[in-house]
Amino acid sequence: MTLPEYNFAYLDEQTKRMIRRAILKGIAIPGYQVPFASREMPMPYGWGTGGVQVTAAILGPDDVLKVIDQGADDTTNAVSIRAFFAKTANVATTTKTADATVIQTRHRIPEAPLSAGQVIVYQVPIPEPLRFLEPRETETRVMHGLEEYGLIHVKLYEDIAQHGHIATTYAYPVKVEDRYVMDPSPIPKFDNPKMNGSPALQLFGAGREKRIYALPPFTNVVSLDFEDHPFEVQKFKQPCALCNATGVYLDEVVTDDRGGRMYVCSDTDHCETRREEGHHGAGLPISGAQTAKEDAA
Amino acid sequence: MSSPILSVSNLERRYGDFIGCTDISFDVWPGEVVAIVGESGSGKTTLLNCISGRLERSSGSIRYNMRDGRFPDLADLSEAERRFLMRTDWGFVHQNPADGLRMRVSAGANVGERLMAIGDRHYGEIRDTATEWLGRVEIAGDRIDDKPVAFSGGMRQRLQIARNLVTRPRLIFMDEPTGGLDVSVQARVLDLLRGLVSDLGLAVVIVTHDLAVARLLSQRMIVMKSGRIVETGLTDRVLDDPHHPYTQLLVASILES
Repeated sequence: MTLPEYNFAYLDEQTKRMIRRAILKGIAIPGYQVPFASREMPMPYGWGTGGVQVTAAILGPDDVLKVIDQGADDTTNAVSIRAFFAKTANVATTTKTADATVIQTRHRIPEAPLSAGQVIVYQVPIPEPLRFLEPRETETRVMHGLEEYGLIHVKLYEDIAQHGHIATTYAYPVKVEDRYVMDPSPIPKFDNPKMNGSPALQLFGAGREKRIYALPPFTNVVSLDFEDHPFEVQKFKQPCALCNATGVYLDEVVTDDRGGRMYVCSDTDHCETRREEGHHGAGLPISGAQTAKEDAA
Repeated sequence: MSSPILSVSNLERRYGDFIGCTDISFDVWPGEVVAIVGESGSGKTTLLNCISGRLERSSGSIRYNMRDGRFPDLADLSEAERRFLMRTDWGFVHQNPADGLRMRVSAGANVGERLMAIGDRHYGEIRDTATEWLGRVEIAGDRIDDKPVAFSGGMRQRLQIARNLVTRPRLIFMDEPTGGLDVSVQARVLDLLRGLVSDLGLAVVIVTHDLAVARLLSQRMIVMKSGRIVETGLTDRVLDDPHHPYTQLLVASILES
């Protein structure tokens, strides 16, 4: 008799059942952090152990998986997690946002709008938005329970006092359905508006902190701000140097040691799709090295 | 005649077999300053923590006169109501300012925190109010963005006072507010406190072992020994004509200058 090396999608069925129960509870109470018995995964904490467990619990044989890290499909974290599920669950994988049914992400939401039926799984390092202001977990739980959220504005106040504007650029706190304040994981605040009213199911897994939370489709998600300092997303002066896209989140890429740099889409799939459609950007800056290759894609 | 703002009766707090304080009954009236004095270990701080809802009592009742006219026992309030009271209608000034301040956020945010907690969402207005209160506690306006770690002990204590008073509370608890300060700074803080208390018509329960502080600030005085009240009365009467032997000892032990 030959035993399979792993159960489907690595985790045993009892563990998946436990995680699914936490996910269902999270969906029932949008923004509420549900504790769960996080397992050791074959990767270090901080590499997406929470997201991987959530993905493992929801993945079915027919799913098509996309994994991104900072928007890119070809970075170490994305490649290794995609390979992990290709091996342990034998699911189809893709880099196309539109083709995926499950998207596991670290630090970005894809530029292409998500649609109903898709699930996006966020890897969360620290699920508690009040953590750096109030280190006591007992206290923050009471604060969530009693809806005492004055403290989160103290942080935004500090930003304005020190920088003249709200300088928080990632993990920007949001209020969910006018009830729970939630840490959206370290996505740039550029992506915050995409969470609001999204037709896709959004799941958040924090492995080290043992918390799962969720946003069901069409959930009201509001970024916190002050009346006289309203929430704003980052704006970029120039379009993507490769695909000429505007209104997308750009990464700065240093191209040489003489100050040459270019700004390109952080969402590699979005960029590639646009280039296939015939869009062209300015390319490398003049001062940049001429030997740089187009990315391998 | 109006009713007391805080009414304590037969309060007891035990730590196992050991008595923290027992058989405590007194009222606090709006606008009056009550000093609780006694030596270390006499149960003053236990009593203060019990009546301010920071420590569970073993038995007895503590009733508070709410703004809406209700006069419930604190134990009958929901935790949400109790916490709301603590950050709006009450203040608590700790002996060590680090306990009452957020040391890692600026002075302005420290003062503004209570405002934000009750729903103020206008940065400019919060900052204006914070500036005004810093002025009232004699902290220069240009220190508003400095963190309390950069403040001296006296400034920290004054900042803590401002932070507590910004929501216009009606009742303030103070635990040795001048305990860790040197004499000249003490005098300044006391002077400030006396002014604010009379300007705002605050009711104050102040715990101190320093009879001079009690004499300066309070109208009434409660003397405690071994967890019990041994004498109460008008401050001047208690200090000038102490009845209980322990009070006599306490008064006699003040250094004459």
